[in-house]
Amino acid sequence: MRHLLSAGDLDAAQATEILDIAANLAAVSGREIKKLPTLRGRTVVNLFYEDSTRTRISFEAAAKRLSADVINFSAKGSSVAKGESLKDTAWTLQAMGADAVVIRHPASGAPHRLAHWVDGSVLNAGDGTHEHPTQALLDAYTIRQRMGKIDGLRVSIVGDVLHSRVARSNVLLLQTLGAKVTLVGPPTLVPPSLGETNYDLDDVLPESDVVMMLRVQRERMNDSYFPSAREYSRRYGLDGARLRRMPEHAIVMHPGPMNRGMEITPEVADSPRSTIVEQVTNGVSVRMACLYLLLGGKL
Amino acid sequence: MKIYVRDGVIVSKGSEDRVIDTEGLVALPGLVDLHTHLREPGREDAETVLTGSRAAALGGYTAVCAMANTSPVADTAGVVEQVYRLGQEAGLVDVQPIGAVTVGLKGEHLAELGAMADSAARVRIFSDDGHCVHDPRLMRRALEYVKAFDGVIAQHAEEPRLTDGAQMHEGEVSDRLGLTGWPAVAEESIIARDVLLAAHVGARLHVCHVSTEGSVEIIRQAKAHGIRVTAEVTPHHLLLTHDLASSYDPVYKVNPPLRTSRDVEALREGLRDGTIDIVATDHAPHAVEDKECEWAYARPGMLGLETALSIVLDVFGEDWELITDRMSVRPAQIAGLAQHGRQLKKGEPANFTLIDPTARWTVEPQGLASLSHNTPYAGMKLPGRVVHTYLRGVPTVRDGRVEK
Repeated sequence: MRHLLSAGDLDAAQATEILDIAANLAAVSGREIKKLPTLRGRTVVNLFYEDSTRTRISFEAAAKRLSADVINFSAKGSSVAKGESLKDTAWTLQAMGADAVVIRHPASGAPHRLAHWVDGSVLNAGDGTHEHPTQALLDAYTIRQRMGKIDGLRVSIVGDVLHSRVARSNVLLLQTLGAKVTLVGPPTLVPPSLGETNYDLDDVLPESDVVMMLRVQRERMNDSYFPSAREYSRRYGLDGARLRRMPEHAIVMHPGPMNRGMEITPEVADSPRSTIVEQVTNGVSVRMACLYLLLGGKL
Repeated sequence: MKIYVRDGVIVSKGSEDRVIDTEGLVALPGLVDLHTHLREPGREDAETVLTGSRAAALGGYTAVCAMANTSPVADTAGVVEQVYRLGQEAGLVDVQPIGAVTVGLKGEHLAELGAMADSAARVRIFSDDGHCVHDPRLMRRALEYVKAFDGVIAQHAEEPRLTDGAQMHEGEVSDRLGLTGWPAVAEESIIARDVLLAAHVGARLHVCHVSTEGSVEIIRQAKAHGIRVTAEVTPHHLLLTHDLASSYDPVYKVNPPLRTSRDVEALREGLRDGTIDIVATDHAPHAVEDKECEWAYARPGMLGLETALSIVLDVFGEDWELITDRMSVRPAQIAGLAQHGRQLKKGEPANFTLIDPTARWTVEPQGLASLSHNTPYAGMKLPGRVVHTYLRGVPTVRDGRVEK
């Protein structure tokens, strides 16, 4: 495989290989010298058309721990801000000899277009409301680490599924890995074609091994997706009372950044059942594994 | 079989000044396109009246109706006369300008429809195509007003409040691709409203590029009630579906969007049974930079003039009666083009096209006469080739080559 554009590109064996390699690479992050020579002399470009400090530094750390040269290309203050097209930017990166381009872009499908215009590997680091495959991989990694497996688990993804690239990638990947995924939220925000849906959070909580909360933007209520932030939290927010209705072994995930008080209360976010900090840690290992496999040509 | 022509008219053998041998070819009255974007004035880098006329003649057309969304907008007598004159200078097809319904296509104030009707361009079709005349009161007035000169409003049916930011058909593919959906109901709700308005004021309504099963059903019912509504379907909506968006290649981005195979079936049935009156291309050339980009940033639209006949042949087979009616006779009637869509017989204008139905050809974007290359049919092998086209007895296309 040359690119990682969609979580749906991975079959179960490929996804498992990424998680296994990530587990091996995680050991590096625990060392005093957190570096492997694997990608020495290779160039990884972080091409970010959206502000996303956490994803960018996660990819940057991953590439640097594998000794790659990292170029950060932010759309702000660059030729992109002056109106350069994605295709012209692609040619520039091509001319600089980029071996991999990590792209974050507000338009769905932009990484697919970019993949036509560069010879190097393209990693989708989030495109519009489409996908965010490395987020799904780090979520799968985190689930496997906490629960010991993924196959057969009941995963509820709660919130603004319609606009969530995290949800789309997770549905594809977790189903590939054998989980049973239920999408939960108000009908305005949960397209039924994406999978099994349930509009009642309290109904699914006792039946969930994993509850993944999605970020919900307050601005959505201006488009009448829901009446108010207060009503949203009342119906779909995860608070302590709801946490206690989940099975004892069940975990709570969130891709961040959180809207504390909106979709999740501080009590839940900071509880031992929450995996939010581990998700960030695991992100680096999983992204190392992706770069390693794509640039090593083994996947 | 031979056609005898003199002074631009079909004559009987012996009195001709030109004889056209149609051996092995199918002769049709020149095709008429009710929905063409020629881009001039304003976007001469994408298409001009001349290059669009070439594409039309090569596609077997002898008349095209030029949409009003140029820059400046064709909302005054001056602009429609300019387009009309450019068409005459090109001389390859009759270019009949369409006037805007509202000033600047803004949907706020009626353009001077009467001035355009009285101009040298003799405008009879008015359309804000690209935009819907969504204000119901304004739409009602427009329908009413053009009755004075037997005009017709050609509506781009799209409720804008339901298509804010829309990128493709709303359905399982848009859900998967994370592209904002353009729901079928946004088209259907406007058509339902407009047929009722047309009935209320006793006016003519033409519905542009019908794209959904529900729209076909609404128009079928309206016609059954005697409402004066006509409708068009594009070749691409008769053939292509929303699955093509999976590539994120904006060559498949068009407005209204490609829909489901179920819609395609309903549109074919609607055209067959006459619910949909005509095939219109919605030929929409776009410069390379407006298509070689992210899907969301690309302009919607596809080329159509040079491929329309072949697509219809591909979908319906050699049903020459259907093709003649839906691509020449009916569009000429709706547009009020008396010199077009006539039978090929003595005394009629010599506007016709000759087709080799056995030929097959492969669509090559760079090989098309249009200035732009945004065809969704690249690489497809299609049946039927226009060999010659004649406008008033003069060849505009000879042996598959345009005359100028």
